[in-house]
Amino acid sequence: MWEHSFRDKSAEVKLFRSRAAILGLIIFALLGVLVWRMAYLQITLYEKYQNLSENNRIKIQPLPPKRGLIYDRNGELLAENVPSYSLTLVPERVRNMEDTLNFIDDMIGISERDREQLERRLELRRRPYEPVVLRHQLTEVEIAKVMVNRVYLPGVDVEAQLVRHYPQGETFAHVLGYVGRINQREQNHLDTDIDTKRRYSATQYIGKQGIEKRYESDLHGEPGYQKVETNARGRILRVLEQSDPTPGQDLTLHLDSRLQRLAQQQLANHRGALVAIEVKTGGILSLYSNPGFDPNLFVTGISHTDYNALRDNPDLPLFDRAIRGRYPPASTLKPFIGIGVTDLGVTSWSRTIFDTGSFMLENSSRVYRDWKRQGHGEVNLERAIVESCDVYFYDAAVRAGIDKLDPFLAQFGFGQNLAIDVDNAFSGLLPGREWKRKHYKASWYAGDTVNLGIGQGYMQVTPLQLATATALMANRGKWVAPRLLSAHSGQHEAIDESEAQDIKLNNEDNWDHMFEAMRKVISSPHGTARVLQKHLEFSIAGKTGTAQVVGIKQDEEYDSDALRERLRDHALFIAFAPVEDPQIAIAVVVENGESAGRTAAPIAQSVINLYLSGSTGE
Amino acid sequence: MSNSDFTRTLGSGIHPGFDRGKALFTRIHLDLLLVILLLVLCLAGLLILYTGSGRDTHMLVRQAVHMGIGLLGMGLAAQLPPRFYQMIAPWAYLLALVALISVLIAGVGAKGAQRWLALPGLPRFQPSELVKLILPLTVAWYMARRPVPPHITDLLKASGLIVIPTILILKQPDLGTSLLISASGLLVLFFAGMAWKLIGSLIAIVSACAPLMWFFVMHDYQKQRVLTFLNPESDPLGSGWNIIQSKTAIGSGGIEGKGFMQGTQSQLEFLPESHTDFIIAVLAEELGLIGVLLLLVLYFLIIFRCLVLSSRSETLFGRLLAGSLSVTFFIYVFVNIGMVSGILPVVGVPLPLVSYGGTSVVSLMTAFGLIMSMAIHQKR
Repeated sequence: MWEHSFRDKSAEVKLFRSRAAILGLIIFALLGVLVWRMAYLQITLYEKYQNLSENNRIKIQPLPPKRGLIYDRNGELLAENVPSYSLTLVPERVRNMEDTLNFIDDMIGISERDREQLERRLELRRRPYEPVVLRHQLTEVEIAKVMVNRVYLPGVDVEAQLVRHYPQGETFAHVLGYVGRINQREQNHLDTDIDTKRRYSATQYIGKQGIEKRYESDLHGEPGYQKVETNARGRILRVLEQSDPTPGQDLTLHLDSRLQRLAQQQLANHRGALVAIEVKTGGILSLYSNPGFDPNLFVTGISHTDYNALRDNPDLPLFDRAIRGRYPPASTLKPFIGIGVTDLGVTSWSRTIFDTGSFMLENSSRVYRDWKRQGHGEVNLERAIVESCDVYFYDAAVRAGIDKLDPFLAQFGFGQNLAIDVDNAFSGLLPGREWKRKHYKASWYAGDTVNLGIGQGYMQVTPLQLATATALMANRGKWVAPRLLSAHSGQHEAIDESEAQDIKLNNEDNWDHMFEAMRKVISSPHGTARVLQKHLEFSIAGKTGTAQVVGIKQDEEYDSDALRERLRDHALFIAFAPVEDPQIAIAVVVENGESAGRTAAPIAQSVINLYLSGSTGE
Repeated sequence: MSNSDFTRTLGSGIHPGFDRGKALFTRIHLDLLLVILLLVLCLAGLLILYTGSGRDTHMLVRQAVHMGIGLLGMGLAAQLPPRFYQMIAPWAYLLALVALISVLIAGVGAKGAQRWLALPGLPRFQPSELVKLILPLTVAWYMARRPVPPHITDLLKASGLIVIPTILILKQPDLGTSLLISASGLLVLFFAGMAWKLIGSLIAIVSACAPLMWFFVMHDYQKQRVLTFLNPESDPLGSGWNIIQSKTAIGSGGIEGKGFMQGTQSQLEFLPESHTDFIIAVLAEELGLIGVLLLLVLYFLIIFRCLVLSSRSETLFGRLLAGSLSVTFFIYVFVNIGMVSGILPVVGVPLPLVSYGGTSVVSLMTAFGLIMSMAIHQKR
């Protein structure tokens, strides 16, 4: 170090000072650059960044409207909105994701599926500090556990929203349908129209099936808006302005929960459906298909396990038999054919035929059997209804001919869906010459008419159609279209005249004759539904039907015991009551129920009795 | 020199009380003016931190403690004579190399970078922080033993001293720190009187090597930062978020600012890292261009005072070390503000004495202690 002393000290200091001065100037210049940059941002671009910062801070948020409630005719709640709580994570705030997830798992449990979905959601592009949902539908106990442990769980929060709930669960699953999260296809559809895009800007759920879908636009309501100040995580700190959303309209349906529950109870061990209609108003009192499903499962998203179980169930719980089940009407068609053939003058109430147990067309060797092998003997129309004589109707149908039968039956709504607000219903099938040519490229044979005479062959009806036709019969041909909706927001809907024409008979007395014949189906000792006499509280007019599931070949013995349960005949029953002044019309189908009188008819009777005995409540 | 009047004003007391205080400070090897300026900066830093951290009093107290420790470190460093530093320089350098190598072998860290060393019985620390002091110290020690202006062979040997730790830190990887450290070493060479021709060639070589760095040295995340710097709007929610939000905060502050603790960008948490690297944006948003200018003036005064003190040092070693540390301090300020305002790519450099962080505060204050030691100790 001593060598320093030999140096030219002043030259050294001079050198250092000149270098320091140069750097000082550079520093000064660079500070100038910083000042220029700051001034550029803060003065020149001030307005741009002022706007950006305001847009960061202030958001216009649409507020979802409250979905309208749905009531039955007695004011019982069928669909409501309940708060549901979701567990959310802000990943940026979570210190250790794995530990946090394990902690939550120990505390309230998270499924593999939740974890998978979380991972998928985390991979999606999102704003920093935006919460991600980990679990839906927390119970109160789970919320309490999370809240108590929140200190150990930074970034974990519980968020509330209103979700649809169906307090009656399975009972109304098919008819009410359900709401579910708006899917991509529905979103695209909503986005095509500016108005619906605006209306659904805050909505997460949409009606997917049934009433929820049919009356979606009424139930939905109008969104509100709020101008809010949010932080970077989107958490609302202050509401600056607000316009409240308008809730959707509440709907009151004609449905009667008591009848619906009874139908569910009565059909509990069967596959089948029941439809009951108020004759004077067309109001659908009950529209039930068994088995059903819990619609609440679908609201926040059904799990794969639950969905597969429903889909793979051989009893097809997701299938709405009441409006989409296709059954041959079988003998329940006879009253309608009966009215037709008398009114067309093909036969009369006094004319008789002799039934030997079989029927043959001229020039044909094919034998059409009666269900009663030995035949009914001397039969008139009334007895043919009461005992469900097949041969009488083979004969009558052939006499009338398809060209006259077809338009007559169409008046009862067969082959069409005439219900005002039951969407997605199968229109049924009323066969005729035109139809056969189109679908089979074959002409209509007389044999087809024979089969149609007893409601077999090509014809297909839904339980809803059977009930509709029965109600029309009970109302003596005066059309009141079936409907589910009774009132919008408490305002009753006017009963609009439906497009269908009233049925004008040449002789109105034919209605009375048929009512009497159908009453005797129950009251006569030979009636096919005589079993109902045991609990007869009200006079009931009815008709049984037994629809074959497999064709029975000629001369083959029909042995139901040998057939597997699922190959047994379907049992059908239609009825209305009281006969003197019909109030309720009903159709019941019990799949593989075999005997209409023993299975389907008592179910119909119990519903009729409940309805007529106390229509003002329990 | 055009600013010599100013130098005299800053360098000499104008008030008798100030003179007495100055004399007292000189006895304990401190410079009153620099200490006052630093205290003002610390106080301003605490205020900005308070609003930048979202009124986190715990953080405020911890930072105040860091500053207290830093002041102690500064006082202590100022008491030790330059000779002591000259003596320990080579050993400190060797120790630093050992620490840097240990970090590469057994270091801990996050996001794919090993920067921390956890030794039993010691708090976790970043050896690269130590190197920020040790490298200029060592290069100054070496150059002070050589003739001035230096020969090219001496400069090459000194460059070797710079390159080794630079590469070790680059391997962690920590591009920002390695560049800052090599700059602090090169500054010593500059102050030592490195020929302008050599400086020109060095600049030319570095510019030529920059594209090679892109392909052979830089990691993907570092390239991403540069790309984001060039076009932040390409990824507004991802890597561009920080810079867009910080520019928005600065620009929306305007001339007068939105008011202390009234910044929407920072208080509503749109601005990330608002208590550490991006804290200048909080100041710019809340106190506007005026606040920024005041802070820049404060930094300028500190750096200017440091350069004055450096030139007062009696030894070449002292001048070289103090000069390098002073200008390095400015580089931190420039890189941080340049990065937050979007004229430099994002590298993790805190704003000196304002950003939250213990290591940085203590090592900076210690550096000021060194500068004062070099300037005020009289040769015996």
